[in-house]
Amino acid sequence: MTHIKTIETRNLCDSAKNGGCGECQTSCQSSCGIANQQCEK
Amino acid sequence: MIHQYKLNGYNIVLDVCSGSVHVVDDIAYDLIARIDAALPNEPDRADLIARLAESYPDVPAGDLTECYNQVAALRDAGKLFAPDTFAPMAGELKQRTSGVVKALCLHVAHTCNLNCAYCFASQGKYHGERAVMPFEVGKRALDFLVEHSSSRRNLEVDFFGGEPLMNFEVVKRLVAYARSIEKEKGKHFRFTLTTNGMLVDDDVIDFANRECHNVVLSLDGRKEIHDACRVDYAGNGSWEKIVPKFQRFVEKRGDRDYYMRGTFTHANPDFLNDIRAMLDLGFTQLSMEPVVCAEGDPAALTEADLPIVLKQYEDLARLMIERRREGRPFTFYHYMIDLKGGPCVYKRISGCGSGTEYMAVTPWGDLYPCHQFVGEERFKLGDIWQGVTNADTQAEFAACNVYARPECRDCWARLYCSGGCAANAWHATGSVRGVYKYGCELFKKRMECAIMVEIDRQIRE
Repeated sequence: MTHIKTIETRNLCDSAKNGGCGECQTSCQSSCGIANQQCEK
Repeated sequence: MIHQYKLNGYNIVLDVCSGSVHVVDDIAYDLIARIDAALPNEPDRADLIARLAESYPDVPAGDLTECYNQVAALRDAGKLFAPDTFAPMAGELKQRTSGVVKALCLHVAHTCNLNCAYCFASQGKYHGERAVMPFEVGKRALDFLVEHSSSRRNLEVDFFGGEPLMNFEVVKRLVAYARSIEKEKGKHFRFTLTTNGMLVDDDVIDFANRECHNVVLSLDGRKEIHDACRVDYAGNGSWEKIVPKFQRFVEKRGDRDYYMRGTFTHANPDFLNDIRAMLDLGFTQLSMEPVVCAEGDPAALTEADLPIVLKQYEDLARLMIERRREGRPFTFYHYMIDLKGGPCVYKRISGCGSGTEYMAVTPWGDLYPCHQFVGEERFKLGDIWQGVTNADTQAEFAACNVYARPECRDCWARLYCSGGCAANAWHATGSVRGVYKYGCELFKKRMECAIMVEIDRQIRE
């Protein structure tokens, strides 16, 4: 019996190894909100 | 750290540090909660299963054991109760990119043809004199951006005000100049335009649809709500003038991005009715944002408004799902999160980049950390000729990250909000590293709803 369905997500721990290029869109939260951004790497 | 919540029939478990999202049944939901309550002391396996059996007497023992094993497998895979190993990285991205600027907000007009009651920019003047940006200042700002952009290819420029279309000829010349240097400099400019709509005509529409990556069209929804705040200097509402212009704008924009951007205040915490009004007008890319103003202002949201607003967010999520199933989808900006292709952890702990990679430029060329600080003299960073000369203030912003705020360290939403908005924090607490708690409550509810909407999409597809 399946009790858990895992939704496909970007693994943040992995992104620590291959992220940080700085090309993604600058965001304002007052392009609002970091979570809404797309990675551009 | 995990966050568990139930919404719209889903039991949702968010693993904060891995970013994993799980939809679980009641047994797994309870089991995970029991483990969470026991940690950091590891609970006994047999004891956990025995206590689950007391809660679920009709469930076969084998199923309970299987549930435990599935939870254990997720823990072993690093997708549940993943440790927070990111704190040492705080500040690393900003340190690595120190001095790099990749986005500017060009205040091409510190003047406006509307006199909106809730305007944070004091009717576009930012507590100063009326002014428009000369072409030479804008050109120098673009050169400043290119000079300080290092290896960044994508550069962003917002045309902002006041009302930027009150200086439209300069906007057009600046875009033409930027396009003329793109190839030589190896850069790609992405322009956005925010407008109240009063001066929109076919020339503006054709220009924006050709050149602007995105446009923000200010409309508060219902006519009576919009016209109560968004008036001209004679006190006349603007809704009837701008709605037909915006409809034509959007119709001609085709598949390109736009956002109808509304503001909700104490007068309309029931803002879902304004979302519905915009849908009825044919707009489908929507954003409704809480007003930014001083506490005590008649427009300011109150504690009594909070439960109303939170319920609106939940009902909005259900409306999005309902209309998507009916083949009449629409988007709400804050619910458009991409769980698979979202930002890396460096970006998530660094925040918006205000004062470092993103700055606002006044009509006379002064630099500020962002548009919301313009006019606050102590935050002036320098100018587009000398660059940043106020290193102490810039250092304040460079030090802003999730781990710089003690209140954020134990918050499940910290890797989604990145510590929140420095301007909101400053207005609410007097410190750019403060926490605007009312905004936190709204943000957390929006994230819960956004994740649920995305879960629903993935499960049904």
